[in-house]
Amino acid sequence: MDITQNYFEFLGLPVAYQLDQQALSERSRELQKTLHPDRFAHLSDRERRLSVQYTAYLNEAVATLKHPLSRAQYLLHLEGVDTFSESSVQLDPMFLMQQMELRESVESVRDAADPEAEIDQLQSEVEAQMRELRGQFESFYEQATPSAFEAAATVVRKMQFIDKLGREVDALEDQLFDD
Amino acid sequence: MAYSEQVIDHYENPRNVGKMDDKDENVGTGMVGAPACGDVMRLQIKVSDEGIIEDAKFKTYGCGSAIASSSLVTEWVKGMSLDEAQDLKNTRIAEELALPPVKIHCSVLAEDAIKAAVADYKEKQDKK
Repeated sequence: MDITQNYFEFLGLPVAYQLDQQALSERSRELQKTLHPDRFAHLSDRERRLSVQYTAYLNEAVATLKHPLSRAQYLLHLEGVDTFSESSVQLDPMFLMQQMELRESVESVRDAADPEAEIDQLQSEVEAQMRELRGQFESFYEQATPSAFEAAATVVRKMQFIDKLGREVDALEDQLFDD
Repeated sequence: MAYSEQVIDHYENPRNVGKMDDKDENVGTGMVGAPACGDVMRLQIKVSDEGIIEDAKFKTYGCGSAIASSSLVTEWVKGMSLDEAQDLKNTRIAEELALPPVKIHCSVLAEDAIKAAVADYKEKQDKK
């Protein structure tokens, strides 16, 4: 095992946006087995420390690749484009306007005649937008030019807003119906 | 995270929350967002014929620091000229609200929002 490999290589998966989730969990289970602490009981401190390090790297790799947003961010990170830590960037005002409106509709769900229907509708909106953005990301990413990576980063930024919106809607749903 | 008293005050009693008609030619609208946290902020100013900001409104979906930063800015810019408003620095906002380093970006967002609002207003005037 080699933790200087990127997450995809480490898990024996192709470096691509399309991900075989089943292959991911199978590979992760195989690696976990070989890393199980009991197998290292007879080994030296150094080797045991390494096993802990590998396990941490494996968990990080699986968590990152599993979700479409963090996978997209990680792919861009491998290309030297950082979308994790930026705080303020120029964004399409129309997109922001639309986000504002969607957040306003989340806020007004409580007072709606049928909050459950409103939530369903918002959730399908989130899903539809995410699906659209995932498609856009993939086609930009596959072009693999610097300007296409920049365009892919813009798509990731939009995904981050939709992801946040989705989490807000889900949290509201929990609040309203699971008490 | 522990918020400062100033942040809590603005968060619990936000000033000037609301919306102005963005078609109004005396209104400038700034829309900004922070992808890292998914925050969205709208900040609007109403400008007199003499170029003085008469009123300001905001709406922010984000954390307490983002709400407090935009609330504070709407308070500050009332009575300012456009140039004064455009020169508003995020460091002043962060200082006033005692924002911790991890929340500095919220004050940057508010600075970007007022700049965008002024730019939007100027653009409207140029088109007249």
